[in-house]
Amino acid sequence: MQTNFTAEQLADPHVATSEKILRKCVHCGFCTATCPTYVTLGNELDSPRGRIYLIKDMLENGRPADAEVVTHIDRCLSCLACTTTCPSGVDYMHLIDHARMHIEETYRRPFWNRLTRNVLAAVLPYPGRFRLALKAAALGRPFAGLLKRFKPLEPFGAMLDLAPRRLPKPSDSAKPGTHPAAGPRRGRVAILSGCAQPVLKPEINAATIRLLTRLGVEVVAPEGEVCCGSLVHHMGREAQALEAARRNVDVWLDEIERGGLDAIIITASGCGTTIKDYGFMLRLDLAYAGKAARVSALAKDVTEYLATLDLPQQEARGLTVAYHSACSMQHGQKITLAPKTLLKKAGFVVRDPAEGHLCCGSAGTYNILQPEISGKLKARKVKNIEATKPDLIATGNIGCITQIATGTQIPILHTVELLDWAYGGTKPAVLS
Amino acid sequence: MDQIGFLEPRPAVLSRRREIVADLLDLLPEGCLVHQPRELVPFETDAFVSYRRLPLAVALPETTQQVAAVLKYCNRYGVPVVPRGAGTSLSGGAIPQEDAVVIGLSKMSRILEVDYANRTATVQAGVTNLNISDAVSADGYFYAPDPSSQLACTIGGNIGMNSGGAHCLKYGVTTNNLLGVKLVLVDGTIVDLGGKALDAGGLDLLGVVCGGEGQLGIVTEAIVRLIAKPEGARPVLFGFDNSEEAGACVTDIIGAGIIPVAIEFMDKPAIGICEAFAGAGYPMDVEALLIVEVEGSEAEMDAMLASIIEIAHRHGVKVVKESQSATEAALIWKGRKSAFGATGRIADYICMDGTVPLGQLSHVLRGTAEIVAKYGLRVANVFHAGDGNMHPLILFNANDPEDAARAEAAGNDILKLCVDAGGCLTGEHGVGIEKRDLMRHQYTDIDLAQQMAVRAAFDPQWLLNPSKVFPLEGRPAA
Repeated sequence: MQTNFTAEQLADPHVATSEKILRKCVHCGFCTATCPTYVTLGNELDSPRGRIYLIKDMLENGRPADAEVVTHIDRCLSCLACTTTCPSGVDYMHLIDHARMHIEETYRRPFWNRLTRNVLAAVLPYPGRFRLALKAAALGRPFAGLLKRFKPLEPFGAMLDLAPRRLPKPSDSAKPGTHPAAGPRRGRVAILSGCAQPVLKPEINAATIRLLTRLGVEVVAPEGEVCCGSLVHHMGREAQALEAARRNVDVWLDEIERGGLDAIIITASGCGTTIKDYGFMLRLDLAYAGKAARVSALAKDVTEYLATLDLPQQEARGLTVAYHSACSMQHGQKITLAPKTLLKKAGFVVRDPAEGHLCCGSAGTYNILQPEISGKLKARKVKNIEATKPDLIATGNIGCITQIATGTQIPILHTVELLDWAYGGTKPAVLS
Repeated sequence: MDQIGFLEPRPAVLSRRREIVADLLDLLPEGCLVHQPRELVPFETDAFVSYRRLPLAVALPETTQQVAAVLKYCNRYGVPVVPRGAGTSLSGGAIPQEDAVVIGLSKMSRILEVDYANRTATVQAGVTNLNISDAVSADGYFYAPDPSSQLACTIGGNIGMNSGGAHCLKYGVTTNNLLGVKLVLVDGTIVDLGGKALDAGGLDLLGVVCGGEGQLGIVTEAIVRLIAKPEGARPVLFGFDNSEEAGACVTDIIGAGIIPVAIEFMDKPAIGICEAFAGAGYPMDVEALLIVEVEGSEAEMDAMLASIIEIAHRHGVKVVKESQSATEAALIWKGRKSAFGATGRIADYICMDGTVPLGQLSHVLRGTAEIVAKYGLRVANVFHAGDGNMHPLILFNANDPEDAARAEAAGNDILKLCVDAGGCLTGEHGVGIEKRDLMRHQYTDIDLAQQMAVRAAFDPQWLLNPSKVFPLEGRPAA
């Protein structure tokens, strides 16, 4: 597609990158078909092609963001289904990232929206604060309906709906330390402890550590690690995201120095997509570009790593699993077969729900900031999952687990919890 | 070289912009009218992205009644209307103009009824082509015409352009698979044409409307024919040392009375582009490739393939490769159907759509290469060879106006070559604005006057998609 940027504009490296991305788009419109918001709203402005055009217009004219553009960019889930569909190889992810940065720098959001986003950015990435907030939410639950009646407060109502009724006890697996391999050591990995996940579902990393150590892999949870930065990155708060990225790069490089790492294991695919992008995010930081690229190359989803360990075929368990591929898994990281192959090997019957490419509406903080669209997508996802008549649902992202669990009675687990059980671990509590 | 012109915007409409927007807001539910200047920008073009015009407003109605209300209003006040489906037109069929209200059908995307007894599906116009097949696939049916953009393009747009696709060689194009439409006339009258029966009484108005490029009314619903899926289907790759032999092979296959489901052609540049995207396992050491799909029982497929292979050998075929699995077959088609978009990885392009008699394939391929070379440009050929529907993709740099002008000029020369070889300007993409001024090369003034008389009978004020199809000069006065 033709672009109109001056040499002066192109001197900004962010604009230069976006210009290259825009040049690849041929405006064919294929992306509209697999975009969850276009399919739901039927307006091209809420499709990748429409957003690409809005961003192009805004950047070419060097304009600050305005309310209209922000509305449509905010409605993007960043599910990246469009990048799987796009035949031209348009790097939509980095274009929308740039747009979000531009919005953050040039647009003043309305008061309630600003407040909501500030609260999310100040609480979610910090496990201690998040735990406290969830405890408070339990008390606030009766007011959810009331909050949702006042549009600007709707996100707070959505938060209360999503907050679990009971919080699990913190697990030792979340604490820094080394978990030695059982038997001869075949590998050494770091595990990302994460921010929201250890508060909501500590059993995921506990299962990962049990499984990996049983398979002869030493797992280290490094001291000093922080949230991957994904949450603030998707809000356009780039400085905060890069600070988190640099901190983690330092921590993991120290760990490599200390004992070598075969991989950095990530059990939430949303975080995986971001950490694999550290190399790009820090490309302009000369001190960190190389180090970040090294970290990104080592980042592996837990199923991606397990697929290299050649696990044996287990006996059939007589359980049917609907596999929900998180967007960050299938579109962000292009991991599509490994989790299903592992589950089949582990003895489960695996079903693919229809419209598997469509997002469940979780998308980080989307289900809080855009509760209406998110609710529609959740209903559609749950209907498709339930149509496969599964005994349980497996997925690889904490956001999807929280979202889908509020829409169905069918138990939903992280893939690795089932694999741990199938390869000698304990039966997940929800199945007992 | 001159750019393709649009009609001058009507000052009387532009000056009333504010009132028109206010009135349309009253006619439509909340969230169904786009009118903020910046929000209009993404609607300024379709997949023929070289041309752009901002619309006055974009209406996104949810019902036929709302479409009728908007049309009635626009007709009353002389406001031009441009219909839009998914905006995937390669000929600029959905490009608006400054004084026009776009009526987008994207919110009308439901499948209303599937009737296996009559083998029909009744769908809203904004349903995508592929969604129809997806909805009936589990029951063993499909909707046959399959434009490469079938993932995204809408049935309404398919009807407007009488779209084809790879599998139309055997099953025919849209008009052969369309049984009825709900059509909103320019004055807001809602009419039903055709129905579930295979033929309707009276004049074949459905035949006129299909391919009407949104100038005869706006289709809001369609009744389409469903076809039972064959027992099996197998795409087979045939690689040749040169394009002429591949072209001659196609001519001989059809000449021998063999009608496979599809015969698709790709030349070397196109093979490289598609393989890079899909990893379909296309042979890379050949100059031209045919994808021939046969279908039916194993015995039927074997027999037909044997005859085709024999003919291919007479043309010195270098590689014959059968797909070994459903996944491989799907990748072969994924690569082919993504060819245009995948070309975006290496260059900007404009896609031609000339159709020629099969006996002329080799001649036109050679001529195309000469024309493109004359302008100092590159070309990738990927097209429906079985029905002579050629799609040279002329590669250029959109940020270089001179290059863009050369590409357009080369395209015009290629289309004239197709017409001169006994073919026509468009096989399936429609005339749109792209080929509008070439219509005089294909038709005499008398031909054009008759066609315009038919068009004017539906829309006397020339309000519907007015800058398209017919040359701007010599139109009958309203």
